[in-house]
Amino acid sequence: MGSLTVTHERADSFFDTFERKAELQHQTHYCPGCGHGIVHKLLAQAIDELGIQDRTILISPVGCSVFAYYYFDVGNVQSAHGRAPAVATAVKRSRPESIVVSYQGDGDLAAIGTAEIVHAANRGEPITVIFVNNGIYGMTGGQMAPTTPLGRKSTTSPFGRNQWTEGFPVHVCELLNSLEAPVFIERVGLGNNKQIMNAAKVIKRAMENQVKGLGFSFVEVLSPCPTIWKFNPVEAQRFVREEMAKVFAIGNLRDRTKEAVQRPAATPPPAVEDIPRILGLVNGEAEAPPTGRPDRALNLHIKVAGFGGQGVLLLGEVLAEAGLESGYEVSWLPSYGPEMRSGTSNCHVRLSSDPIDSPLVSRPNVLLALNEPSLRKFLPALEPGGIVLYNGEAFPEDCARRDVRAMALPFSHLADEMGESKAGNIIMLGALLEATGLLEEEQVIGALRRLVKSQRWFELDLKALECGREEVRKQPFPLAEDYLWGV
Amino acid sequence: MQAQLTKGNEAIVKAAVLAGCRAFYGYPITPASEITEAAALYLPQVGGVFLQAESETASINMLYGGAAAGIRCMTASSGPGISLMQEGLSYIAGAELPCVVADIMRGGPGLGNIAPEQSDYNQIVKGGGHGCYRTLVVAPGSVQEMADLTTWAFDLADEYRNPVVVLADGYTGQMMEPVRFADPIAVPPAPEWAVRGTALTRRNLVTSIFLEPDLLERHIRKLEAKYHEAERQVARAECWRTDDAEIVLVGYGIMGRVLKAVVEQARAQGIKVGLMRPITLYPFPVATLRELSRNARAFLVAELSTGQLVDDVRLALDGRRPVEFFSRVGGNVPSAEEVMAFLVHTFGASIENQEVLVHG
Ligand SMILES: Cc1ncc(C[n+]2csc(CCOP(=O)(O)OP(=O)(O)O)c2C)c(N)n1
Ligand code: SF4
Repeated sequence: MGSLTVTHERADSFFDTFERKAELQHQTHYCPGCGHGIVHKLLAQAIDELGIQDRTILISPVGCSVFAYYYFDVGNVQSAHGRAPAVATAVKRSRPESIVVSYQGDGDLAAIGTAEIVHAANRGEPITVIFVNNGIYGMTGGQMAPTTPLGRKSTTSPFGRNQWTEGFPVHVCELLNSLEAPVFIERVGLGNNKQIMNAAKVIKRAMENQVKGLGFSFVEVLSPCPTIWKFNPVEAQRFVREEMAKVFAIGNLRDRTKEAVQRPAATPPPAVEDIPRILGLVNGEAEAPPTGRPDRALNLHIKVAGFGGQGVLLLGEVLAEAGLESGYEVSWLPSYGPEMRSGTSNCHVRLSSDPIDSPLVSRPNVLLALNEPSLRKFLPALEPGGIVLYNGEAFPEDCARRDVRAMALPFSHLADEMGESKAGNIIMLGALLEATGLLEEEQVIGALRRLVKSQRWFELDLKALECGREEVRKQPFPLAEDYLWGV
Repeated sequence: MQAQLTKGNEAIVKAAVLAGCRAFYGYPITPASEITEAAALYLPQVGGVFLQAESETASINMLYGGAAAGIRCMTASSGPGISLMQEGLSYIAGAELPCVVADIMRGGPGLGNIAPEQSDYNQIVKGGGHGCYRTLVVAPGSVQEMADLTTWAFDLADEYRNPVVVLADGYTGQMMEPVRFADPIAVPPAPEWAVRGTALTRRNLVTSIFLEPDLLERHIRKLEAKYHEAERQVARAECWRTDDAEIVLVGYGIMGRVLKAVVEQARAQGIKVGLMRPITLYPFPVATLRELSRNARAFLVAELSTGQLVDDVRLALDGRRPVEFFSRVGGNVPSAEEVMAFLVHTFGASIENQEVLVHG
């Protein structure tokens, strides 16, 4: 019947001599009767039978099978302890034509690598996982595994595994079977020749599923470790059959290969020349001629500050964007994170004729304060002679400076009257522009068009700009033109 | 391409795609999340892979897989996530795989906060993982450099078969400045050692294990030689108004920018100050510093950590000149005025009588 010879014939997918191995190049490094040796042969046979040797990439784990690449004449990637499913994921995603096998022990897969296997399975990565469960840490000399049966002694459970201290054995197939994506999950054993014959079939199925592009396939192999268990190979097989199989029921848990849908093919990559457009780096229009240096020298340190939701960051961004369009050097630096969540927001904007040294604005010469706390916080730092616009009827009595040029207008209130309370920031911008002649209308509107995505808001902002300008025209503001230029 | 106002974090992704990066594996974390978000937007559109991993441990091991398969790939994170990646970085360096990691530093230790710090210097520049390996580290000081140094990082990674880290701070990641991007390149052909699942590459093996001490020693010596070569070839720094500088400020990233403003302020007061801004942190621009020490009488290091970069400056100068140190931490970035005050306070006497006290 030849069931034993099946496992002893050398497959083509095995090297003839194990040259990557330092000594005894015709023998594996596995102990006599070790399950890994058997599983290797079954896997190699499957690879042979499916004719996929050239396409196969084996991801080996950390454990006794760390050296699987000594034996398999396929592409090999050796990975960190537990991480094989992550490595396999990336190999498969980038090389979808390859056949990727993640080969792992129980410490590797069910302890340190629990997150990686669960998530690879949950994403339905179309790979094949071979999980060799021998209920013990072989490589490191017999410590408890997540799959060690209750009551079993190991070097780290010297009194026997106890549910109260070590927990119960982890049933990986059952765990993965709670996920949507996997197409194939089966537990097999190496407890006798019949079980081995079946394991061969199942491993081949799991590989074939991948060849057909079906999805995530998982085979758990209850496997003997005679050395650590201190059994002879025959006793070890009996242990698999009679003890392990009692804890971990052998059988198929899921076979959705019939219903599995072919994964959609990836869209072909675009032409290289097309990439800048995809990245939004060219807008399709002819490139504008490079803007020359503007005639007027400028060195603005602008601080915009207010509550979150008042459009502080946008106001700063419009200034920077319009400044860039006008030919200035610019930078924009936002406050971010918890400060924003607590309700305040500010940004630093620089507009300069010369390259900008620091994008941080510590001594502003323009302060746009959209609320009182911001005014109180930043007004003391304003350069003498600097400009402050404040969103309010008047400056609070105890918060005013005689050595700066100040304007208070109820911008938010004006925005309410316009019917859009959030447009106060742009009304303030309109007032600043009208009072200072800082930037040309064309660049400011251009900046708004790029930054404000919705047409309704864009139109509102145009109205808001005009509203701000109008207010300043009504009530001329003592912002001498000469101040800004050349500071 | 025209200059475009771009956020630092987005510049990294755009530059990466233009440089032929076709896989991104990442896990969100402030202040680096825009990198992952931009990658999610652009990579699928250029025929690349984007995957939000279950953890940084997974992302870095996905880079291991992507790089092993011969793909230009990258990830991005910040302090806590970078700590988790140290295992993978050690394996990647050990297996000699090229990849790019962006670290947008925030406050630590522990959860710290999300404001800018430069306290990942040691874990990145010195190698926070196990074994004798180094990561090459570039340190952008502007959004333009976020793009340019990312482009360079991919070339360096391939050339040295080693992970390259783009080490920036929260401010450099979050700020916007105009950027002129490089032209796109075609995806470079996979290196011949890559494992691609083809007949031609069937005998290829990617691994970091060398069981025999002699073999491992040979491997480590090979890595060592490679790093020495990088030290000769790769170190880069910007020297700003150092020609006649008596005091040289040293800082990178956002601090390099603040220090430029300090140079201006000091010069306005007649103090001859210059700036040396390391652009590569490993290899460290040792020769540049030593060269500057011939004319400068003292150095002042300013960084957003309690003293990490300063150690490398002291090592490089090896006692040639006194090194003073200024730091802010916790997410506070000093103003130029603050550093200026420290400078005047520290060197005040010597600026007047033209003598520098040698400390220690
Ligand atoms: C991060 C890390 N922790 C621990 C180890 C040590 N280690 C190597 S193999 C192993 C367990 C192997 O057990 P298993 O996965 O069951 O494989 P087996 O050797 O039994 O086949 C451990 C703990 C390691 N290499 N890396
Ligand atoms: S220790 Fe156990 S698992 Fe490891 S090779 Fe020996 S029998 Fe196999």
